[in-house]
Amino acid sequence: MRALLKSALALIAVGALVLPVSAGTLEDVKSRGELRCVVSTGIAGFAYPDESGNWKGFDIDFCRATAAAVLGDASKMKAVTSTGKTRFTKLNSGEGDVLWRNTTITFSRDVGIKLTFVGVNYYDGQGFMVNKSLGVNSAKELDGASVCIQTGTTTELNLADFFRANNMKYEAVTIEKNSEARALYMSGRCDIYTTDASGLAATRSTFPNPNDHKILPEIISKEPLGPATRQGDDQWADIIRWVYNATVTAEELGVNSSNVDSMRNSNNPEILRLLGVEDNQGQELGLNRDWAYQIIKQVGNYGEIFERNIGTNTPIGLARGLNDLWTRGGLQYSPPFR
Amino acid sequence: MNNQKIQNYTPGSHPDLLPPVKTSGPLAWVRKNLFSSTLNSILTLFSLWLLWSIIPPFLDWAFFNSIWTAANREECWDQMASPALGACWAFIENRFSLFTYGFYPPHLHWRVNLSFVMLVLALIPVLYEKLPYRKYGLIYSAIFPFISGWLLVGGFGLETVDTDQFGGIMLTLILGVTGISFSLPIGIMLALGRQSNMPILRILCVIFIEFIRGVPLITLLFVASTMLNYFLPPGTVFDLLLRVLIMVTLFASAYMAEVIRGGLQAITKGQHEAGDSLGLTYWQAHRLIVLPQALKISIPGIVNTFIGLYKDTTLVLIIGMLDLLGIGDASLADAQWAGLANEIYIFVALFFFLTCFGMSRYSIYLEKKLHTGH
Repeated sequence: MRALLKSALALIAVGALVLPVSAGTLEDVKSRGELRCVVSTGIAGFAYPDESGNWKGFDIDFCRATAAAVLGDASKMKAVTSTGKTRFTKLNSGEGDVLWRNTTITFSRDVGIKLTFVGVNYYDGQGFMVNKSLGVNSAKELDGASVCIQTGTTTELNLADFFRANNMKYEAVTIEKNSEARALYMSGRCDIYTTDASGLAATRSTFPNPNDHKILPEIISKEPLGPATRQGDDQWADIIRWVYNATVTAEELGVNSSNVDSMRNSNNPEILRLLGVEDNQGQELGLNRDWAYQIIKQVGNYGEIFERNIGTNTPIGLARGLNDLWTRGGLQYSPPFR
Repeated sequence: MNNQKIQNYTPGSHPDLLPPVKTSGPLAWVRKNLFSSTLNSILTLFSLWLLWSIIPPFLDWAFFNSIWTAANREECWDQMASPALGACWAFIENRFSLFTYGFYPPHLHWRVNLSFVMLVLALIPVLYEKLPYRKYGLIYSAIFPFISGWLLVGGFGLETVDTDQFGGIMLTLILGVTGISFSLPIGIMLALGRQSNMPILRILCVIFIEFIRGVPLITLLFVASTMLNYFLPPGTVFDLLLRVLIMVTLFASAYMAEVIRGGLQAITKGQHEAGDSLGLTYWQAHRLIVLPQALKISIPGIVNTFIGLYKDTTLVLIIGMLDLLGIGDASLADAQWAGLANEIYIFVALFFFLTCFGMSRYSIYLEKKLHTGH
């Protein structure tokens, strides 16, 4: 298996060498007039098609923000759907310009697959969900439980590590897809379901009686999700990084999609810099002067994107938690626009 | 002691007596077929119990408690006595256009509809031999794939639609119909090539068939989706759908070739010799004598391959193309409706069942029609 993985990685690396050094992703996107984002084929709250076939979700909104910054129009984006297995090749082969696809940043992905990760737009972690009737209050009480778990994911390895470290046993019920896990969990075939906490919340929201189930407080892994670009195009990586930073900074400064127009007359020099009223930072990035204004105007700041797609008022119902601003005790922190 | 009945009929015209109750009628049928031995009786009772415990709850769920109109899952479940008591078919209704056309631009849906009507029209001359002016119909059927390709993709005066907007039933049909209609002729050529006397041709055909049959379809799809990009010259944009169509067709052709080879081998040497003695060329002999017989006996195998190929098209979901099954899966990620997986999968299964069953019934009809009674 390891040999297979190595040869696959080698192939990908060879592919990366063979790959033409393009004029630069920014020029390609501008001349095409359309941004192509590699997104998932369906993750609740993050990327899904609505009934008229428009893609929506947290990742999609960041893709739209990128399109607004680069092309001035958030609708000039196209979703290149990819599975977990094809996402990196779709990016590296040039089918997509940027990866906004619920992707955990890890050492091997950053170093081995020749990607550039530019930030963390969602801090996730693996958790456990149990039926309240079992009376379990902590993941440390799960000795002997049967666990529904997706095969071939990092969650599988995390689970094994966690149970071994705590000297407990479990029976793995392996599944391929979330809908399968949901059915097995509801039928009682497995006592617990484990996956990323955002996924647990999304799954729980679809139960007939969501309040009968609880998500245990232990988070057993770090799953920082973030966008990626092809390695070697620093200008493009900078753009993606600062698109994300602009949404966070805007929230921090209290700029949102409804007040962004009046904020252009603000006295706060930071806001004026962000919106391109005083400095022309956009030009240094290779973008228009009002790139950040367009992001906020057309898509919104980080908080708006979060609340619209996965926040407490949506069926997913996630609290900000780790993804709150650093000023409110979270981890979302943007370097200054200066 | 004269208690014999008086016979009122003349000798020889005695009416037939009814057979004993035990040997005819529904009761006897039940006895014979369902309760002929202890084991059979037990199995019958067990099956009845099984049907009783499956069918009524399913009917309750699928029909009596089901909801057909709602804006989202919450609303759907609110209309039931308790959540998830019945099926929420409103989900399918809500997504029907997405399931049918995928991401095809709504104002251009007429092009998909027109292609579908043209597909049906193109199938008629192929399927029914007695059609008047069938020859012209067949010419139309042969050029149909190109007309419909132009109609769906656009260009030459029509607004272009990128093939990554294709999805749902439309994509499933495109993959299935293309694979089926191109794999049969290619398969025939490969089968003939494998039996050819020309060594190079024969070896090439054998290598091709054995290579394709030795590799899983998923592998070929991955090659089409990822590796080809690395091999092709820089800057070439080679449409993903086209790549996948080629792979699916080649895959099916290899299997088709072997099915047809089976038919060809069943044709005795005498038939070939008959052709030779009439002075027919190789192609004439095959067209008039060998292939009609070989294809006739291969029909079950050919249709089997067609159905297999058609169902295999769902594998494109793992390379990120959203056919009917893929788009159903993707829709389950919409928090408004998530959790209604059963409804989606039943709908997809029903669609595939109807189309595959149609194919299999047609093959039976064809077999009966071509049966010349040996």
